[in-house]
Amino acid sequence: MADLLFFLEVLIGGLLAGVMYSLIALGFVLIYKASSVFNFAQGAMVFFAVLSFVGFMELGIPFWAALPVTVVLMIFVGMATERMVLRPLVNQSEETLLMATIGLAFVLEGMAQFLWGVEVRRLDLGIPDVPMAWLADTTGIFVSVFDVVAGVVAAIMVIALALLFSKTKVGLGLRAVADGHAAAMSIGIPLKQIWMLVWATAGIVALVAGMLWGARNGVQFALVWLALKALPVLIIGGFTSVPGVIIAGLIVGASEKLAEVYIGPYFGGGIELWSPYVLAVIFLMFRPEGLFGEKHIRRV
Amino acid sequence: MSVSAQAEPASRAFPIGEPILELDSISLRFGGVKAITDVSFDVREHEIRAIIGPNGAGKSSMLNVINGLYTPQEGNITFRGQRIDNMTPAKAASLGISRTFQNIALFKRMSVLDNIMAGRTLFSHATFLEVAFQLPRARREERQNREKAEEIIEFLEIEHIRKTTVSQLPYGLQKRVELGRALAAEPQVLLLDEPMAGMNVEEKQDMCRFVLDVNDHYGTTFVLIEHDMGVVMDISDRVVVLDYGKTIGDGTPDEVRNNQDVIDAYLGVAH
Amino acid sequence: MYYRQAGQFYTTYSQDSRIIPVREDRWIIYVVVLAGFCLVPFFASDYWLSGILIPWLALSLVALGQNILMGYTGQLSLGSAGFMAAGAFACYNIELRIEWMPFFGSLILSGIIAAMIGIVFGLPSLRVRGLYLMVATLASQFFIIWVIDKFGWFKNYDSSGIITAQDIVIFGKSFTTPAEEYLVCLFVCAVMTVIALNMVRGSVGRNWMAVRDMDVAAEVMGISLLKTKLQAFAISSFYCGVGGALFAFAFLKSMEPVAFDILLSFRILFMVIIGGLGTIIGCYLGAGFILLMPVFLNIFFHAVFGQAVDATLTSALEQVIFGVMIILFMIYQPLGMARILEIMQERLRKWPFKI
Repeated sequence: MADLLFFLEVLIGGLLAGVMYSLIALGFVLIYKASSVFNFAQGAMVFFAVLSFVGFMELGIPFWAALPVTVVLMIFVGMATERMVLRPLVNQSEETLLMATIGLAFVLEGMAQFLWGVEVRRLDLGIPDVPMAWLADTTGIFVSVFDVVAGVVAAIMVIALALLFSKTKVGLGLRAVADGHAAAMSIGIPLKQIWMLVWATAGIVALVAGMLWGARNGVQFALVWLALKALPVLIIGGFTSVPGVIIAGLIVGASEKLAEVYIGPYFGGGIELWSPYVLAVIFLMFRPEGLFGEKHIRRV
Repeated sequence: MSVSAQAEPASRAFPIGEPILELDSISLRFGGVKAITDVSFDVREHEIRAIIGPNGAGKSSMLNVINGLYTPQEGNITFRGQRIDNMTPAKAASLGISRTFQNIALFKRMSVLDNIMAGRTLFSHATFLEVAFQLPRARREERQNREKAEEIIEFLEIEHIRKTTVSQLPYGLQKRVELGRALAAEPQVLLLDEPMAGMNVEEKQDMCRFVLDVNDHYGTTFVLIEHDMGVVMDISDRVVVLDYGKTIGDGTPDEVRNNQDVIDAYLGVAH
Repeated sequence: MYYRQAGQFYTTYSQDSRIIPVREDRWIIYVVVLAGFCLVPFFASDYWLSGILIPWLALSLVALGQNILMGYTGQLSLGSAGFMAAGAFACYNIELRIEWMPFFGSLILSGIIAAMIGIVFGLPSLRVRGLYLMVATLASQFFIIWVIDKFGWFKNYDSSGIITAQDIVIFGKSFTTPAEEYLVCLFVCAVMTVIALNMVRGSVGRNWMAVRDMDVAAEVMGISLLKTKLQAFAISSFYCGVGGALFAFAFLKSMEPVAFDILLSFRILFMVIIGGLGTIIGCYLGAGFILLMPVFLNIFFHAVFGQAVDATLTSALEQVIFGVMIILFMIYQPLGMARILEIMQERLRKWPFKI
């Protein structure tokens, strides 16, 4: 019984950590769907957003004011990226765009550190990181309140984005753009505005993810490496599927924690460094298009 | 069209011989979509065989089946009397089946010469170590392949662009280079998927001339898909007509021209 | 005008396809290489030799490996530092455990070990391409470093986790001064560059590029995708492994696995992109650029801000400038420095008749 409880505890902890991965992966999916750009800089945007947020607070701006200021800053970053990096690269190959966003990641990471310094910051969102009392009392499973709040926030983001994509006129335009730029433009969809909107949204998603991650692990450069784990999540979930990356995030989070706890000790630990990537590789061998990704038939 | 260079059978350097390629009741499905249903026809050695039919009739799929890019659910492929199970592109290449593609599939960032040299893969046996250290076999093969490549370049009259990157060439020339690359493999059977699509009249005439010259000079057997009826009727020996993945006609150009089903498929029929 | 290609006629095919077809270019290369062997060791300062030239040569070799995979075969990869680590630690262990093994033997063997690991991690390339492959190669990066880190055997159970590379000894003579180490690196680079040039201009390179440009057509020509891709992974990893071993033995001297982290992989990637995908000279240009840029930036910052520059700030700014360079190259010259060189040669040929 104690074994089972421990297993459940690890599993739930992993699932909630996985929600964080999903949240970062969501930013990737958003941009990929709208412009077929694989935005390698999403992780850097997360770092940039939360570091700026903390930086503003250090300047004496209160929490409630720093938040909108950072949102505006992220919208500006997103729009500037679209204007200065992606627009000149329209119609370039996917690889070229990827390289450009790797460059962008370096710019954002360097800029954040240049502006706000390199020290590790603490971020207190006022959510206690203690086990939920009633759950611990009734079942004996320890699950942090913070993790649960993070999960709820992520869920709200996901639902909001799903609604944006499926129910609004903007979402319709987005899907049209994703299908073909020229065709979308020819029926009068304002491509540039759509892209700016998408990048701004991705910036806001990055801020939310960054605040949750930062509050948990401290605001530091290592966030960038954590964000890299969104890549295996994307592979497993499929680049274009919102529900896909949510489930994949949960799978990655749960599997890496379970592997670390149950397999790790045999190898001296640290296998969560690479286990998500290996999982993604194994997954690729059997289902290259991802969980819910669209299967491409290559025509010749 | 003025491309009436078709020689009388008796005067051909390589008279039409026995069937080299036989397709027996081929059926191909993609999920629930039937691309090809129970199609059979044969290709005789040294002949020019055309596959025609409306868009979506399964012509390209048929070529893809012949050289192993698609695996049919039913049916057999026989090459020179030998049944080939599980045709793969590699197997097709080694049997001497070469091809061109509907949407040019050249190696875009390589030069014309390198593209044609790449077509000589079957004649390059040197391992990477031999190439790395330029050992005698690697050098000899490279020279021999170059000689053959130059022969083809001369034949197709593309000497002036041999060092040009393919992506910089106009469409018509790219099609010609692709033919050259396929020829470099010294194929027994050459599959051409719409070799004249999107060409103007002069380019079409050039291409027809090359096809007939290759057939005459090397005795290469052709299977070609083409929409231009004038071209098809002029240069091909026999024509097979597909519609909705089924054979609706097979025979000489004249027979096909007068086949009622073919006329119905092309002109439509009142239901 | 310095170029006069006019009047140089090729009468055989091998003349036409030689490595450097234009006579003037050939002479320049001869002079540069000769100077590299005979003049540089005597006139360059120890700082330049061990701080710039040795890492430049070693990393150029790694960039060459990355370029074979990415530029020539079109397989996106982010694991080069992992294979460097494999080569470096393999070389350390061979030198440690096989006493009679000459240094070049160790070097070749560590390359072969890296190549075998490369084949294993290249297997996903048979199923996936592009970004998906890049993520798969990230697995190799993290996995290799983790293995070396976790299993003490690779580090000879050194308690500090940091190992010290053995001295380079060739035919009983030890090469320990910066000039001597530089000569070893230069020799290895020269040989392996010629080999790479032979491969890319021959059937091997054509197969790689064919797979890169249009894999279906390549298959139809009878090029085996399986063989070509795995071969590219193996040869690329061989170059990364040998480059990593040189990097460790001639430059780092003492090292721990984290020296080969993903940041190094990114630097190698940038070298190849800025230098020029699918070119050999680009590897050297790109590696030089990436190595020299911080040096010049440092001089620049000191000139502008005086001595009181915060090192963390300059490194952050350096990062920004790197990123901006990448973006600018992607926008204005995706073919990299090699292409810029080519354009300059083209201009020189026409000058002064046309500018």
